[in-house]
Amino acid sequence: MSEARIIPGFPAVGAAALRLAPMAPLSLLGARLAKNLGRRHPSLFTRLGDQAEKIFLIDPSDLPLVFRLAPRPVAPRLEAVRRDRAGRWDARIAGPLAALLGLVHGVYDGDALFFSRDLVIEGDTEAVLALRNAIDNEEIDLAAEAAAMFGPLEFVAAAPVRLLAALGSEWSGVALARTPRQRPV
Amino acid sequence: MTQRKFALTLGPLLFNWPADVFADFYARIADEAPVDRVVIGENICSKRTHLYADAMVSAIERLQCGGKQVVLSSLAMVTLERERRAARKLFDQTSLEIEIDDLTLMNWVRPETPFSIGPLVNVYNEATLTFLAGKGARRFCLPPELPIASIGTLARAAAKAGAGVELFAYGRIPLAISGRCYHARIHGLSKDSCQFICEQDADGLSVRTLDGADFLAINGVQTLSHKYCNLIGDLDLLATAGVTSLRLSPHSGDFVAVTRAFAEVASGTLSPKQGLARLQQVAPERDYSNGFLFGACGAAALPAV
Amino acid sequence: MREKLELVCPAGTPAAFRAAIDAGAHTISCGFNDETNARNFPGLNFSREEMAQSIKYAHRKDAKVLIAINTFPRAGAFSRWSQAVDDAARLGTDAVILADLGLLDYASHRHPTLRLHLSVQAAAANADAIEFYAKSFGVRRVVLPRVLSVPEIAAINRKISVETEVFIFGGLCVMAEGRCSLSSYATGKSPNMNGACSPASHVEYREEAGELVSRLGGFAIHRSAAGAAAPYPTLCKGCFEAGDYRGHVFEDPASLDAASLIPQLAEAGVTALKIEGRQRSRAYTEAVVRSFRKALDDHAGGRPIIAGQLRDLTEGQQTTSGAYRKAWR
Repeated sequence: MSEARIIPGFPAVGAAALRLAPMAPLSLLGARLAKNLGRRHPSLFTRLGDQAEKIFLIDPSDLPLVFRLAPRPVAPRLEAVRRDRAGRWDARIAGPLAALLGLVHGVYDGDALFFSRDLVIEGDTEAVLALRNAIDNEEIDLAAEAAAMFGPLEFVAAAPVRLLAALGSEWSGVALARTPRQRPV
Repeated sequence: MTQRKFALTLGPLLFNWPADVFADFYARIADEAPVDRVVIGENICSKRTHLYADAMVSAIERLQCGGKQVVLSSLAMVTLERERRAARKLFDQTSLEIEIDDLTLMNWVRPETPFSIGPLVNVYNEATLTFLAGKGARRFCLPPELPIASIGTLARAAAKAGAGVELFAYGRIPLAISGRCYHARIHGLSKDSCQFICEQDADGLSVRTLDGADFLAINGVQTLSHKYCNLIGDLDLLATAGVTSLRLSPHSGDFVAVTRAFAEVASGTLSPKQGLARLQQVAPERDYSNGFLFGACGAAALPAV
Repeated sequence: MREKLELVCPAGTPAAFRAAIDAGAHTISCGFNDETNARNFPGLNFSREEMAQSIKYAHRKDAKVLIAINTFPRAGAFSRWSQAVDDAARLGTDAVILADLGLLDYASHRHPTLRLHLSVQAAAANADAIEFYAKSFGVRRVVLPRVLSVPEIAAINRKISVETEVFIFGGLCVMAEGRCSLSSYATGKSPNMNGACSPASHVEYREEAGELVSRLGGFAIHRSAAGAAAPYPTLCKGCFEAGDYRGHVFEDPASLDAASLIPQLAEAGVTALKIEGRQRSRAYTEAVVRSFRKALDDHAGGRPIIAGQLRDLTEGQQTTSGAYRKAWR
């Protein structure tokens, strides 16, 4: 661990494919994910407090798109948009997708990513800190969240989603799911 | 002397002045300054103590001849054994009041010998003030960062406990104390062989941001504000809040003129506006602030008068 | 086997709390989610309910909990702090960490059986100061300020009757703790009263001419060239000009890592080693706690300690042993 941390970049092929992909289905998925997160992790919003009113721009620097997150306790929203249509935001968090997902999954420490300049933050620093801390406490597993989007079929979907996540992780080098006690950095 | 709303206290000299400058300064204060009390003695760095040990004795005598109450200052942070011994020794005498700026000294106070609490002791609330008053503290110079609402509350608690509240009213604001000497550090020297380099800066050395904004000042192990706290325009507010004395912290230049400006505004012979003009005339280069008083940042500039 | 040192670990959230215990922490230090503790950052710390559950979790795993109520109660608002002490006692904490004289006085009278630790925020830097707190309030342990060298710590321990705890890893205060209003001067928010140094609400990052500029309360405190490590926006680690000097006037942006000094600190009579970082993520907590628990076990078992494993997690990506080695001053 004493050598510099290497954060994998998102494969260029994948990024190119995303550049051509329509945003609408992605946004639909984002909306479902946000709604489920809200339902499954109510304490996220308690921790966010007033900062839940802010708009966050989540900016994966190796993807051709950005995510607008409005973590309202009632009707939280997550939408995918082209970078040039990001619109107005209060706080921007930018970094390789792997770093951003690694933060959510508790693989990386946000401050350490900031020290090493892998993470760039801009705008309302207080909001960023609140979001970071709130998410860190939730021990979110995006694969589980994705499975949960299948509603009553969650149990049926869980295994395939996890398999897909594992395959995706292997291909892209990005932690798509939370594995317990991942080698921490 | 006209009836004043406040007693005036000259705080301890925070900087390292040459012995002759030190002697001249206190001689003039003794003979000419309208202050009631003078806190004297090294507050910042124990290495400086011997530089003017001789000058101290005659300064104290002269101040007493000039009718001032002399209070002995003590170190803001006691760590070394010799510092501990020196602090302990202050209590060998009982004729002069001692001002405590590090709670270490609380070990040696006696309830029958009143003492005062300096601005570097954390007295933020009534419970702390009452506790210390119960041990014999008779005057509290409050932490300079306190807003006026806290000052009022603490002044009432002090009055109830038979003590008075003093406020830091003029001078660069003490903001921090460290184990490390910044004067030595920026001159590439070690603390132990510092060559007393801090002597070069009579009012501390200004620290600027990389944008070129004046910000802080260093004084050996101490960090001060770049701006000078200046509450000369706020004396009515302080009187209403129950503050009983004002602390003026020594700086270079005509400090007797500074003490006179405060004395005259406090007694009503000078308006606050005239008082401020007088202070600006004495030291035109100084930037002033009263930000802490209003709960704003300490660096906030004085409002236009 | 040597006598075992106690490892005191930070937790800013219940998740970090569990991660610390599972990684081998003997003791957790944490605080309520308000201005009563010195890490009052947005989204951090524990509600009363979360604290109750976390204490249960710790006790099930034979770990201890220390609740830091270590800011200085504001005049006129003392009851918020005294209530925090009452709640900590009611929830079954193993000790409270206090700094304020008035609050210590309150706790020692109201909760005579509650174990009191003196916070580093009280900056008790010598044996006499410590004895004052021990005599006056029955304080059982003192967290020593980060201005002392190892020989000074040893000398203190020879003279006092209470336990000492020292920082072993994490952020490094250059100034005497609890006696610093630098952040207050720049922002109007007092670390002593409001519980946050360099509050995020007053921090601004901006890219200017390829450099990352950080400002606190509008004062530029650092410019990091592209690719260079970035520091926390704390004033004491800022880059300034003073006279002809241009650079880190107070301290380089570096974190404390005294892993290699564990044997000396044990020899100096220290009871507990404290990891700083309640504001950090559970990933940090897990990694640091695991590493130091191993170091302590290695020390206790007479094996060599492997130090310097955690540089990636540290501010400025560099570490220092701070005042423990006298040359630092």
